[in-house]
Amino acid sequence: MSEQAGDHQAHDPSWERRYERNAFIVLFVVFVAMPAFIYPRFGSQLLCFALFACAFNLLIGFGGLLSFGHSMFFGMSAYFCAYLAKSGLAIGAIGLKIPPFPVELAIVGAVLATAVLGLVTGLLAIKRQGIYFAMITLALAQMVYFFCLQAPFTGGEDGIQSVPRGKALGLFDLNDPLVMYYFVFVIFFAGFGLIHRIIHSPFGQVLKAIRENEPRAISLGYRTERYKLAAFVLSATLAGLAGAAKAIVAQNASLTDVHWSMSGEVVLMTLLGGMGTVFGPVVGALVIISMQFYLAELGSWVTITQGIIFVVCVLAFRRGIVGEIEAWLRKRRKPG
Amino acid sequence: MNTQALFGQLLIGLINGSFYALLSLGLAVIFGLLNIINFTHGAQYMIGAFVAYFLLNKAGLGYWWALVITPFAVGALGVIIERTMLSRLYKLDHLYGLLLTFGLALIFEGAFHHEFGSAGLPYSMPESLQGVQNLGFMYLPNYRAWVIVASLAICITTWFVIERTKLGAYLRAATENPSLVQAFGVNVPRMITLTYGAGVGLAALAGVFAAPIYQVSPLMGSSLIIVVFAVVVIGGMGSIMGSILTGFGLGIIEGLTKYFYPQASSTVIFVIMAIVLMIRPQGLFGQR
Repeated sequence: MSEQAGDHQAHDPSWERRYERNAFIVLFVVFVAMPAFIYPRFGSQLLCFALFACAFNLLIGFGGLLSFGHSMFFGMSAYFCAYLAKSGLAIGAIGLKIPPFPVELAIVGAVLATAVLGLVTGLLAIKRQGIYFAMITLALAQMVYFFCLQAPFTGGEDGIQSVPRGKALGLFDLNDPLVMYYFVFVIFFAGFGLIHRIIHSPFGQVLKAIRENEPRAISLGYRTERYKLAAFVLSATLAGLAGAAKAIVAQNASLTDVHWSMSGEVVLMTLLGGMGTVFGPVVGALVIISMQFYLAELGSWVTITQGIIFVVCVLAFRRGIVGEIEAWLRKRRKPG
Repeated sequence: MNTQALFGQLLIGLINGSFYALLSLGLAVIFGLLNIINFTHGAQYMIGAFVAYFLLNKAGLGYWWALVITPFAVGALGVIIERTMLSRLYKLDHLYGLLLTFGLALIFEGAFHHEFGSAGLPYSMPESLQGVQNLGFMYLPNYRAWVIVASLAICITTWFVIERTKLGAYLRAATENPSLVQAFGVNVPRMITLTYGAGVGLAALAGVFAAPIYQVSPLMGSSLIIVVFAVVVIGGMGSIMGSILTGFGLGIIEGLTKYFYPQASSTVIFVIMAIVLMIRPQGLFGQR
């Protein structure tokens, strides 16, 4: 959003690169060592949500589009993945019947299906901007929610339970929590690396240009609609990757994953960590998910606390945790 | 064909349409001047229903009192929110207003949920509106007829105030160009504050109307507001009359769907939204 607009330009690129590399090393080391400090199962969930927030941030932080419906990609992908891994695929009309998928193929299948969902919803949503875009994505996600409530394959209120984990690539037994953790670790860094590539590619630069000044980007000859659609589909696909991984980690897919409050949570993670920063969403996800985990007994207080964090962030803390740290580092480097 | 059931669903559709119209009207009025989408609208509707419930059960003030007091009480809450928080955001990207009001909705809904749980509280109908009319082809409960007529009257009054009075002319002018209107000596910031209060008051009034029909519960507004967002996208926020027509129209379509193809009744409005976005992205009554 416009406030970070000025931040990215006036700085020394070699310093920026060094900062990003160092921060990346810190992140990598923290995640390698994490199972030594917290339950690997909880760590795996953290990684899933961190990837979800990064995927969301790709759209708002670099495309300037606030989606309030990302739960549909996360949740639908969880359903797809859980279904493929548990029941396989049967299409009666063409007599196709495939037995349950191995875990990695279930994830790939779910991500591909989510990409299609992203394309269809994206084509509708990018017709409007700003506030309308947020309302449209929210409404589309609600439609998907009602679909999941009624469709037979999702199991309605029960969801899909006890999804088998099996062996990744036929070698690594994912029922071992530690193996599971490093499996998700690989998925997370694959997604994170891809986002990093996208942001720094010419495509990412055009996206930033569109965020800053769309009419000018149009006048320079860019078909901004296509760029926005591509960003939307990429973001949806990566959110799908996070959702599919979550289905394997938690061994379930349920209505919670497609509910609008999940969309709100990913917005909150990104806002708290720092919209438009590379590492902010990861930090935001860690804080919010830990808060939910440790405050779970307090019930409605979790919701109230989340609301308060929203209000405080918007009123006083718009750069988010990582955004503030980055601003401080830059100021320290160049006094005055 | 079972006409009894058909008219029954149409009636429910009209009732829902009244709420869609009232709520989208409030959203449109707020959006016109503040350029924000008030995500707290659903929570303020819920608070309206709760205020009516408190007035009856704690203060012994009945439905008619609630109808008068609630919009002002909740509207005053809106004025405080606008003065202390929203007014700081006008110079920023409009999306921050959406995020702030979303956070406020979470706080309100969480707090009421904490106090009252998720089970609904019953609110009894005022005695004067109990009873049923036999229209020959269907039975029409008096209260429901009252809600439809009253919300239609409020919608038309709002339309009249905005489109046909001097106050409305100021409002419309400030929507177009606030700094110019301010230069003419109109206190625009105060107008913005009162507009937000009025929009919130409309939501609270809808909440009072809803209290005897639906149960009073903390989450009554949250899924409703998402449907209302879809209604707003379909109608476009350009015109007040457009919001009213779209609200009632979609309520009726939803009612008909419930009769002819019940499986689609919860999604039909979203499907219509998708179709409208394909054909006329700015909404039926919206301008680019």
